[in-house]
Amino acid sequence: MGVTRTPTDLTQGGRTGAGIGASTLRPDGTLKVTGEFAYSSDMWHEDMLWGFTLRSTTAHAEIRSIDTSEALATSGVYAVLTYDDLPTDVKNYGLEIQDTPVLAHGKVRHHGEPVAIVAADHPETARRAAAKIKIDYAELPVVTDEASATAEGAPLVHEMRDDHHAGHVPHPNIVHRQPIVRGNADEAAKRADVIVSGEYVFGMQDQAFLGPESGLAVPADDGGVDLYVATQWLHSDLRQIAPVLGLPEDKVRMTLSGVGGAFGGREDLSMQIHACLLALRTGKPVKIVYNRFESFFGHVHRHPAKLWYEHGATRDGKLTHLKCRIVLDGGAYASASPAVVGNASSLAVGPYVVDDVDIEAIALYSNNPPCGAMRGFGAVQACFAYEAQMDKVAKELGLDPVEFRQLNAMEEGTIMPTGQPVESPAPVAELLRRIKAMPLPPEQQWLAAGERADVRALPGGLSNTTHGEGVVRGVGYAVGIKNVGFSEGFDDYSTARVRMEVVGGEPVATVHTAMAEVGQGGVTVHAQIARTELGVQQVTIQPADTRVGSAGSTSASRQTYMTGGAVKNTCEAVREKVLEIGRGKFGTYHPAWATAELLLENGKVVTDGGEVLADLADVLEGGAVDLELEFRHKPTEAFDLRTGQGNGHVQYSFAAHRAVVEVDTELGLVKVVELAVAQDVGKALNPLSVVGQIQGGTTQGLGVAVMEEIIVDPKTAKVRNPSFTDYLIPTILDTPTIPVDVLELADEAAPYGLRGIGEAPTLSSTPAVLAAIRNATGLELNKTPVRPEHLTGT
Amino acid sequence: MRVNFTVNGRKQEADDVWEGESLLYVLRERMGLPGSKNACEQGECGSCTVRLDDVPVCSCLVAAGQAEGREVVTVEGLADFAKQRAGQSGCASGACGGTTVDAAKRWQAKPQSADGQTGEQVELAPIQQAFIDAGAVQCGFCTPGLLVAADELLERNGSPSDADIREALSGNLCRCTGYEKILDAVRLAAARGENSAAGQGA
Repeated sequence: MGVTRTPTDLTQGGRTGAGIGASTLRPDGTLKVTGEFAYSSDMWHEDMLWGFTLRSTTAHAEIRSIDTSEALATSGVYAVLTYDDLPTDVKNYGLEIQDTPVLAHGKVRHHGEPVAIVAADHPETARRAAAKIKIDYAELPVVTDEASATAEGAPLVHEMRDDHHAGHVPHPNIVHRQPIVRGNADEAAKRADVIVSGEYVFGMQDQAFLGPESGLAVPADDGGVDLYVATQWLHSDLRQIAPVLGLPEDKVRMTLSGVGGAFGGREDLSMQIHACLLALRTGKPVKIVYNRFESFFGHVHRHPAKLWYEHGATRDGKLTHLKCRIVLDGGAYASASPAVVGNASSLAVGPYVVDDVDIEAIALYSNNPPCGAMRGFGAVQACFAYEAQMDKVAKELGLDPVEFRQLNAMEEGTIMPTGQPVESPAPVAELLRRIKAMPLPPEQQWLAAGERADVRALPGGLSNTTHGEGVVRGVGYAVGIKNVGFSEGFDDYSTARVRMEVVGGEPVATVHTAMAEVGQGGVTVHAQIARTELGVQQVTIQPADTRVGSAGSTSASRQTYMTGGAVKNTCEAVREKVLEIGRGKFGTYHPAWATAELLLENGKVVTDGGEVLADLADVLEGGAVDLELEFRHKPTEAFDLRTGQGNGHVQYSFAAHRAVVEVDTELGLVKVVELAVAQDVGKALNPLSVVGQIQGGTTQGLGVAVMEEIIVDPKTAKVRNPSFTDYLIPTILDTPTIPVDVLELADEAAPYGLRGIGEAPTLSSTPAVLAAIRNATGLELNKTPVRPEHLTGT
Repeated sequence: MRVNFTVNGRKQEADDVWEGESLLYVLRERMGLPGSKNACEQGECGSCTVRLDDVPVCSCLVAAGQAEGREVVTVEGLADFAKQRAGQSGCASGACGGTTVDAAKRWQAKPQSADGQTGEQVELAPIQQAFIDAGAVQCGFCTPGLLVAADELLERNGSPSDADIREALSGNLCRCTGYEKILDAVRLAAARGENSAAGQGA
């Protein structure tokens, strides 16, 4: 071993035509298939130490004392740090509310909270030294649900709250509350011929990205630190890290390393500050890599939720009203809870027209694991409930569930419960039509290969539990709505720097952003946009870092819209600048310089009619045009805290699913046979990647439906299944064929008309599978995940 | 302790190995081969899959000492492994009739290039190219293990059914793709293998 491993440029050539709309291949593909791609856990530096985090073994306790002496005396150990070693007065961090201690201070509030950190010359030495730290805990009673959180005399998870939500919540154990009231739901209910209600429970899901939290902090000669890390938003991390270290932001230089998936789980900090503290204390590079067990404690999860819904409808199938209450468990720290509440409440009605609503969503503080961002947050939980309700109402009315949804489907021009009009295509009915029109997989598909049953295609699979006896098929439908981009008045922007020059006679573009490539393919799309806008073939994508302005988060289905939009915007400015230079030099030679619309194509300035006006090499003459610009979407407003009214959202994304399942009713085993999707993407910048996102999101929804749940002991608030042995995610055997039908109806307000796509498929996948299982079994099934005992009643 | 084994055709030696270190740890941290990934450390996810004397194993579950004197192939050596196989059997994808253990052991990889970072002019195994072409790579963390497993499947079974592919890859978790494009990639590599085998009259 010799050289330091760090992220590098990605350079990709491309045929003409490898611009937007083409399925160009990933510029990092070769590195990823050869094992050369430098993930954060692959970072390596001469003389580096290994960091390890000691976490609480109990969910709620006072810390009476911590004794680190034996750990410090261990051979090979370079540092052991606790709360008392934090260098400045800033000892907490957080995305919106700074309530999360860097290291526990006098108290732990959830199982697995970081208490001390160790640096040693071998990861096992660090682990064993940490085990020698003696902590005296005095157990405290735990808050685990709404009842225990708001009971009289309930322990307060956070005493002395002074955050900006503290003033309007009904109880200090409620992080945020958002009502949405429009029309008069009580009056409208009188018009209803049927009223249907239900209580739904959504389990705690884990992002389960495959690359655990990791990174390398390298102390620098100027007293600062260079941090290589896997995250979703470099500048958000930076804003939280620098004050704790007592360093100005320009002395904490962050570079994105290879990210092994994210799905919301990397929005909050994990090992970032810990690695920096150890590196600055020891003067040596420090690498921290969580294992899977620790990863389950190292990031927030999807909020588990309880949802109470009441819908009414007239005999002719029109919804009259919605009353609902959504209780999300945010766990010990706020993380993204306020935004999750905003999404859950404002999208609680789903993609339907309901004029009279009375909605309330809250997030709790509890001693359960902290919950925050995960793909589709807030909207996922609501969709599970409102889609179950749609089937129930349709059944009550004797209507076809798809036709009933179509009767009530929102469309362009619909007014949302927040009072915001929908200002771009909302093809909800059309997506349902498409999904229903797809051919169904053949009955008894396990016989497809021949006369004998292929057990691999049956519930139970290779366990060989049935050859078709007791197996019943069911079909279910669902559709959902997700907001795209940061909502509720947030100043959401991205930044792109683009440089254009002629090298060796060939025009090349260099794109530099701080966008976190987490696997979604942003780097692929940036190269396509640069080719389209600048007429180049070769594009270099520089590593994302904090030397360039913020790109915002790789979250909320926003990056292609926002950083894609920023790259487009800067490319257009670069092109204008190039043309301006050209006009200055050659404008008098040809009238088209003044009159025609000019483009850059293959290193030449051409008219929109294709006439060549100049060679770029002559325009730029060895110089370069290099610009860095910010890009914003249209501004949004906060929701009124009493009525929930306000133009809070930027754009919506819609997907519909049809699930086909086969259920072994005797053993309670489910085989999902097919999950068909139709989604409007506005414009598919890279169709191959679009389909990949839709299939991936669909599969995460499938996981929640039938297997995924973090199980927290209701008495102790301790996590029972922090491993891939006990927390199951879908394997290739659990995942069915996923045919995808992509619709492209442009949103005129968005770059190229595109729609953010990453989250919508995760919404409707889960309720479609549940609907199919209900259809097969006739059972109510109001909880995720569906387990065998729910189907057999045992 | 000291361990000696062959990795991607080259003799490797590691000193001061603690007895509890896994083959995965020694590959990643002591031999400069971080291509094999650590995602669960308990044999559930397949991200660390390598071939040990030709057999796919989770290298996180193999003690480094167990590899003593044996042959290991990692994702970093997969392209050369496939090339060697092609040289011996006329079949790079492996999907044209199988390779004996002895043949697999005889191959020698060329030394690793110092910079693989630009991704240009790199020779790939057919399964690697198929993963790129089919869009089977997103975050890519599961990719190395899947490639080793899929390559071994095609070596055994040149034209696997979808059910065969699912069964063979059921020990490799992927969280990004929903597996559809991984199936596409294996089908693509199998089809290309059959085509090239047909072209050679094999």
